[in-house]
Amino acid sequence: MSKLSVGIATLVSLFASFSVFAETGIDEKINIAVKPFADAVAGFVFFSFPVAGVAIPFVLVWLIVAAIVFTFYFKFINLRAFKHGFELVRGDYHDPEAAGEVTHFQALATALSGTVGLGNIAGVAVAVSLGGPGATFWMILAGFLGMSSKFTECTLGVKYRNELPDGTVSGGPMYYLTKGLAEKGAGFAKLGKVLAVLFAIFCVGGSFGGGNMFQANQSFAQLVNVTGGDTSWLADKGWLFGLIVATLVGLVIMGGIKGIARVTSKIVPFMAVTYVMAGVAIILMNYSLVPSAIGAIIDGAFTAEGISGGVIGVLFQGFKRAAFSNEAGVGSAAIAHSAVQTSRPVTEGFVALYEPFVDTIVVCTITALVIIITGTWDPSVDPSAGVQLTSSAFESAFSWFPVVLTVAVILFAFSTMISWSYYGLKSWTFLFGENNFTDATYKVLFLFFVVLGSSMQLGAVIDFSDAMIFAMAFPNLLGCYFLLPVVKKELNEYWADYKSGKLVKTRVS
Amino acid sequence: MSSVLMVGVDGSECGERAVEFAARRAKNSGARLFITYIIEWSPFTFSTALENAERHQRREEEIQRAHSEIVDPIVDRLKTEGLDVEGLVRHGHVAETLNALAKSKGVVNIILGRQGTSKLKAHVFGSVGSRLVQSAECAVTVVP
Repeated sequence: MSKLSVGIATLVSLFASFSVFAETGIDEKINIAVKPFADAVAGFVFFSFPVAGVAIPFVLVWLIVAAIVFTFYFKFINLRAFKHGFELVRGDYHDPEAAGEVTHFQALATALSGTVGLGNIAGVAVAVSLGGPGATFWMILAGFLGMSSKFTECTLGVKYRNELPDGTVSGGPMYYLTKGLAEKGAGFAKLGKVLAVLFAIFCVGGSFGGGNMFQANQSFAQLVNVTGGDTSWLADKGWLFGLIVATLVGLVIMGGIKGIARVTSKIVPFMAVTYVMAGVAIILMNYSLVPSAIGAIIDGAFTAEGISGGVIGVLFQGFKRAAFSNEAGVGSAAIAHSAVQTSRPVTEGFVALYEPFVDTIVVCTITALVIIITGTWDPSVDPSAGVQLTSSAFESAFSWFPVVLTVAVILFAFSTMISWSYYGLKSWTFLFGENNFTDATYKVLFLFFVVLGSSMQLGAVIDFSDAMIFAMAFPNLLGCYFLLPVVKKELNEYWADYKSGKLVKTRVS
Repeated sequence: MSSVLMVGVDGSECGERAVEFAARRAKNSGARLFITYIIEWSPFTFSTALENAERHQRREEEIQRAHSEIVDPIVDRLKTEGLDVEGLVRHGHVAETLNALAKSKGVVNIILGRQGTSKLKAHVFGSVGSRLVQSAECAVTVVP
């Protein structure tokens, strides 16, 4: 508990110094101080080139090209292994001797709770508003291709994970980039180290930004929105919200109060199911509009009337929001999936196919259909108002839904923060070593960013943090290209065993 | 060829009575005896990334604690009485796992203590005994 009290004391002192500054406009000061640096990083990561009048960021091309290459290299693994992935999640191949270890289902559920969230709710609304209904088509396609990226990185995550002497398991791009590339020779070993360090730096940045400040910021915005907007008592109390959230997150990650995490991890799937069911209910209530909505999605994907940038503009919106939402190719999921109990790494790759499927193809499509059917999309929307847009789309069918959505958004944000605090910590300790001091330093910083994120409108910092998450894809996917033959070997060996019936099915259905 | 018996224990007094019952029968018939403790666990729960990372270690700890606090003392005591007895600890759904273990060990009779749960609780959650009686592939004896 001493670690906890040190953490809280540090947080309070950080907050005290912060509130003194607040009177003199700290958000402006931070903006001015950080902006040149943030702009440089964001400018580099989101380096764009014009295609048909639309500025396309290179990182997006990088993600999509990798997803296409992996899909073809593994001969449409996203279709081929879809059924077998489901059998694995269902537990058909559970080894009874391994009961009590982390199952495929648990690894998938944990990874999903890190990605299902604001991207599915807010991001989709922005995509449909800016890109028209047609953006949905490209979003689904990007989700489908992204399945192959997840397959690749999660297989590698398990294959090169570390099993530490104390029995804990730790995996992710930091490990497969170092260990995997080292197997290819001395030159590759050096490259692997550089890529792993870069990945870890970006991952720490992403864990403070997109995995933390953005979440705190957006959930607070929705809370204010549902309690009366600008007239809400909470409107100027972002710091209070931030402090409460930081305390709860702190209790989990510093105090080791597992109860809170356990309760959240049980409520989050329930909220996700509620959200999906409400969406399906709205779609069924308006079933006569569904054919025309699907027509609009398909027509819009290829015609794009009145959308800036034409078809390329629509495609860009769809791909961008899919990438934001499912993080395929970013490498974060490989950390979450790597704790699974299996002797065949490729099995977790099959299971990971379900992550973009559930996240993007199922949940995002439902959100998009609801927004299109209810006609709530608005081309003049401010991209930061995504949650409100989805909220009013659901409200038009169920007047009470914004309250439920607010609870869902806050819980999704909370579980995303818990997940990212783990990803960031693993990267931090990879860089600075694993001891109590480095551990506590990271956690205190993480909590500070929760308060910062919810109390300020830091445009530059938010841009910077998005850039950090996407920057993770550069070292991660470059390493994945080099390691493709390793994955292929694992896949071919396993697939031969599977097809010849050598694998023991423990569940007869 | 002597028969094989299995007792499901849960650390309670009822489980203790089941052990005494089974020990008497094993002594009389020369049967082999398994003392089994099942740690309630489901493959379909939700957990955090940190919990998953530590899961392997926790599992070892859980198995060790079940052995040292519940199963081993019983096994040691019965061994001194000259019985052929072995302790088992597994994770899983209690009734299903007991049944599967019994099958794999060639057990002819599973012996359980009465759980003594209230009617309501048994209705809502189902009791291990009644589930096992309905699904087991060998004889089940419930000791009051």
